[in-house]
Amino acid sequence: MDEAWRPRATLATLQARARCLAAIRAFFAARGLLEVETPQLSAAATTDPALASLATRWPAAGGTQRYLHTSPEFPMKRLLAAGSGDIWQLARVFRDGERGRRHHPEFTLLEWYRVGWDHHRLMDEVVELVTLLLQGHALAPAERLTYRDAFATHAGIDPFSADAAAWRACARRHCIDCSGLDDAERDGWRDLLLSHAVEPALGLGRLTLLHDYPASQAALARVRPGDPPLAERFELYWQGVELANGFHELADAAEQRRRMDADLARRRALGLATVPPDGHFLAALEAGLPACAGVALGVDRLLMLQLGLDSIDAVLAFPIERA
Amino acid sequence: MAVYSTSEFKSGLKVMLDGDPCAIIENEFVKPGKGQAFSRVRLRNLKTGRVWERTFKSGDSIEGADVVDSELEYLYNDGEFWHFMEPTTFEQFAVDATAMGDAAQWLKGQERCIVTLWNNVPLSVTAPNHVVLEVTETDPGIRGDTATGGVKPATLESGAVVKVPLFVEIGDKLKVDTRTCEYISRVKE
Repeated sequence: MDEAWRPRATLATLQARARCLAAIRAFFAARGLLEVETPQLSAAATTDPALASLATRWPAAGGTQRYLHTSPEFPMKRLLAAGSGDIWQLARVFRDGERGRRHHPEFTLLEWYRVGWDHHRLMDEVVELVTLLLQGHALAPAERLTYRDAFATHAGIDPFSADAAAWRACARRHCIDCSGLDDAERDGWRDLLLSHAVEPALGLGRLTLLHDYPASQAALARVRPGDPPLAERFELYWQGVELANGFHELADAAEQRRRMDADLARRRALGLATVPPDGHFLAALEAGLPACAGVALGVDRLLMLQLGLDSIDAVLAFPIERA
Repeated sequence: MAVYSTSEFKSGLKVMLDGDPCAIIENEFVKPGKGQAFSRVRLRNLKTGRVWERTFKSGDSIEGADVVDSELEYLYNDGEFWHFMEPTTFEQFAVDATAMGDAAQWLKGQERCIVTLWNNVPLSVTAPNHVVLEVTETDPGIRGDTATGGVKPATLESGAVVKVPLFVEIGDKLKVDTRTCEYISRVKE
């Protein structure tokens, strides 16, 4: 008998999910941010080599390739450049090639932007919202930690100056057996140690905000010159799980174009499919994006942890295998 | 043999790692935000029994292992090898002491066992969950003592030693759980 028609999440979980969404709406309504809905389909896609977009055609018969968005960032920045002011969105986003206890190809991102704020001020607001949503969990005051200090403390290595030998020794010390990384894959080594050694130690008993990322991992964040230059990017952790990613947004159109070109070159080098970069987004930057900070929070993961569940599937009505 | 990419990893998959056949116990997809994705895998080495953890870059692939679990009938042992037969093809397999492991102590003949074969070579044997064996050695029973409490060791005809209730006597046939080495009950003829 086919029982797969039944939902995966229990009724109690679905009710908790509804309460979470209502609390989010109330939070932003009280602060006067404008709720927006931007397209899930676009003629463009993210150029980030670490992200794979799902695609379809429109019209279905003989039409052009359209991509399902991996985040609402591009159209939301177009709105900001058009003078929208502070905006927020509960967006369903799509990512190919990501499936596991904390990954589902379709998930909900809460994304919002604050005009005139830097990432530090936005971090405060993220802590405010998440603390509210985690009512019922005792939390010590939130911790702010630089990427460099997090590695020093939890991995015993300097992620900026370490050479390949140091990374390999560090991996051995942490009983990580991974032979697939080349010496030159600096960010690969950082990600290996981050995911296996550093992350599990973050957000224990309190929220942890990691910030000041390597410039090579800036994505769409501003880079602060220095030795070394640092990306004005932050991530929120609780119970060792990454919940949110935020930026002091890059507004320099020329720099953004350079990064996209570098992404496309990297895609070619890795044998990944090439994708059309978002020309409307670049045009909006050229017209002028107001100085702002933005953040994207994984609502499903937050709910999963809040309810003490062990898989993202448990907070979904129907995971993809039974959708 | 097939090659498997990390996206195909799942519990139970048999793969070759450093020259040994292994079974994947658990596969965890790990990806720091917008960074390099990894597959964190726990595996059991089917030759040594050791459990180990390896991390693969997402997209990397490894060779599958030709490992099959077959139900074979135990025939006899000649002191060096234990001989089994595939009941439909009558193909015979000789299993050494290493591959036999603990299973040897439960077998007297004609039991159906799960034999794990790698490239058609026996790697390990799992005895049936329950076997019925005769007691060949034990201290005398205390007549009428069917109450619980005391236990004593008893040697079975296949060589295994299990703890049994005090009323068990030599010649009794016992049903035993091979997974826990525990007495379950006496069996009447």
